[in-house]
Amino acid sequence: MKTTTSTSQRGGSNRLGGTLLLYALAIFWLLVAGLPFYFMVQSGFKAQFDLLTAPFWTLPTRWVFENYLTVLSGPFVRSLLNSVIVVSVSVALVLLVGSMASFVFARTHFRLNRPLFVLIVAGLVIPVHVTLIPVYILTTNLKLYDSLFALIGPYVAFSLPLAVFILTAFMREIPRELEEAARMDGASTALIFWRIILPLSWPGLATVGIYNAVTLWNEFVFAYVLTSSPASRTLPLAIWDYQGQYAANIPLIMAVLSLAAAPLILIYIVAQERVVGGMMAGALKG
Amino acid sequence: MATQTAAAHAITRRQSAPHGWLSEQTITTTLFLLPALAFLVVFIVWPILSSVELSFFEWNGLSANRTFVGLGNWSKLFGDGIFWRAFTNNIIIVVLSIAIQIPIAMALAVLLHRGGRKLQFFKVVYFFPLLMSTVAVGILFKYVYDLQFGVVTPLLETLGLKALSRDWLGDPNVALFSVIVVICWQFIPFYMVLFLAQLLNIPEDIHEAAMIDGATENQYFWRVELHLMRGIIATAITLSLIGSLKYFDLIWVMTEGGPSRSTELMATYMYKEAFASFHMGYGSTIATAMFIIVMIVALTALAIGQRPREA
Repeated sequence: MKTTTSTSQRGGSNRLGGTLLLYALAIFWLLVAGLPFYFMVQSGFKAQFDLLTAPFWTLPTRWVFENYLTVLSGPFVRSLLNSVIVVSVSVALVLLVGSMASFVFARTHFRLNRPLFVLIVAGLVIPVHVTLIPVYILTTNLKLYDSLFALIGPYVAFSLPLAVFILTAFMREIPRELEEAARMDGASTALIFWRIILPLSWPGLATVGIYNAVTLWNEFVFAYVLTSSPASRTLPLAIWDYQGQYAANIPLIMAVLSLAAAPLILIYIVAQERVVGGMMAGALKG
Repeated sequence: MATQTAAAHAITRRQSAPHGWLSEQTITTTLFLLPALAFLVVFIVWPILSSVELSFFEWNGLSANRTFVGLGNWSKLFGDGIFWRAFTNNIIIVVLSIAIQIPIAMALAVLLHRGGRKLQFFKVVYFFPLLMSTVAVGILFKYVYDLQFGVVTPLLETLGLKALSRDWLGDPNVALFSVIVVICWQFIPFYMVLFLAQLLNIPEDIHEAAMIDGATENQYFWRVELHLMRGIIATAITLSLIGSLKYFDLIWVMTEGGPSRSTELMATYMYKEAFASFHMGYGSTIATAMFIIVMIVALTALAIGQRPREA
């Protein structure tokens, strides 16, 4: 209520002109941001000749569902499942391992506390490429090449710096009195972590979880280097493989892209604030 | 002021520190740290050291014997025109990304802030590009740029600008810029939301006070809002800087560094050397160089960012 009054006041004397300009700019960027999506989704419903004969902005003359159905009955589904598995296992590990370490950094005093923390947070800027060759060799030696397990190690490791950074900051804010009271009652450190610190860190865990889930869901380089067969490809690689195989069949590729983008966009529409907050996690604290 | 709080902080810290270490606590602490450290050592620390080591060898990645070549790879790197071309391309991406993304993102943030609830729908759509995987964005835009089936060419034709049309990704003179446009398209929403969050943090009182003093909306933006956003703009520039130096996915999907190296980046060159030509030694040299460059940039940014805060 308060915001609406102040916004309308802001228009002042040239309110109408200002509003028009506001909408003109807003609509312009809506086109910039939205047109590629429009092109993507509706091209997926076109027959191939339709794309050749009519301009991209016209809707399909005949709506074809075949492209989407073909994709949904192919290796795409397996990759979707792979992505769900790899991302959930990795994020669960990041949250568990990361919060345990953060608890130590936030709550205990030992000489290496600060240096170790700084070293871990420095991991935020490390380019994955510097680890690519050794991780590839390690994966081959462990006979994990081309399996989903190959991805979990690097995924967890590269997600930890941000997780530790955010969760440590979060846990420092939890009042010490709670912990001290529990200790008086004879609770062990592990119990305090599990029963007091972890439940109170819930918002921080959600932020870290969302950020890492989105990043890992879209991860390309490690999956590209460490897997090769459709059975162990994740979603971004499935898109890549489809494009390699059916480059000429544009409607099919657009169907693949639309279906691949759908899960995150749907989750975003349902839980906007949470997703946006999570995606901004890296920057706002940094 | 800052030193005072730091000192106060140190005192409370010392007071609350336990006097003796209960063994139960020590053990738990160690056990709690170990898993994280194990992941980091195995998948980040050891690989970095191993890359540095490999940069002194010649190795195809398959055979059992690697040949020690000393600084051979490194002297090759310094004289390697392709590496410097790639490095220059990285710098061009850094500069243009910052110069294009930050002002547009700022304009959009101000737009959404002024519009308030009325523009809620726009805000939702503006965020979409950030949710797509970079691979999907790259492939989508390969088709958007396509001469025959794409979006760009017919749009230019409709606007009567057909003469401007060219092979966006196939022409070495424009390919890099075509790709940069896509990078901006993908990441502008990120900075937009970042700036918007900051704008919403500015108390409404400040705005009212400025208006009472007779400031116009424009003056208010340039003299007050922008001033209060310096910190977040610096953060955005740092993030964009470090991100651009590490860039790989989008370029790899759209051009693989071509045509004729016009979009080659340090990361794409490293990938080609290591995993296409099987020059694991030289690939490691490029990777290590990239690591050193990113670390220098990050530390410099950190040093610059810290100075005004302490002053």
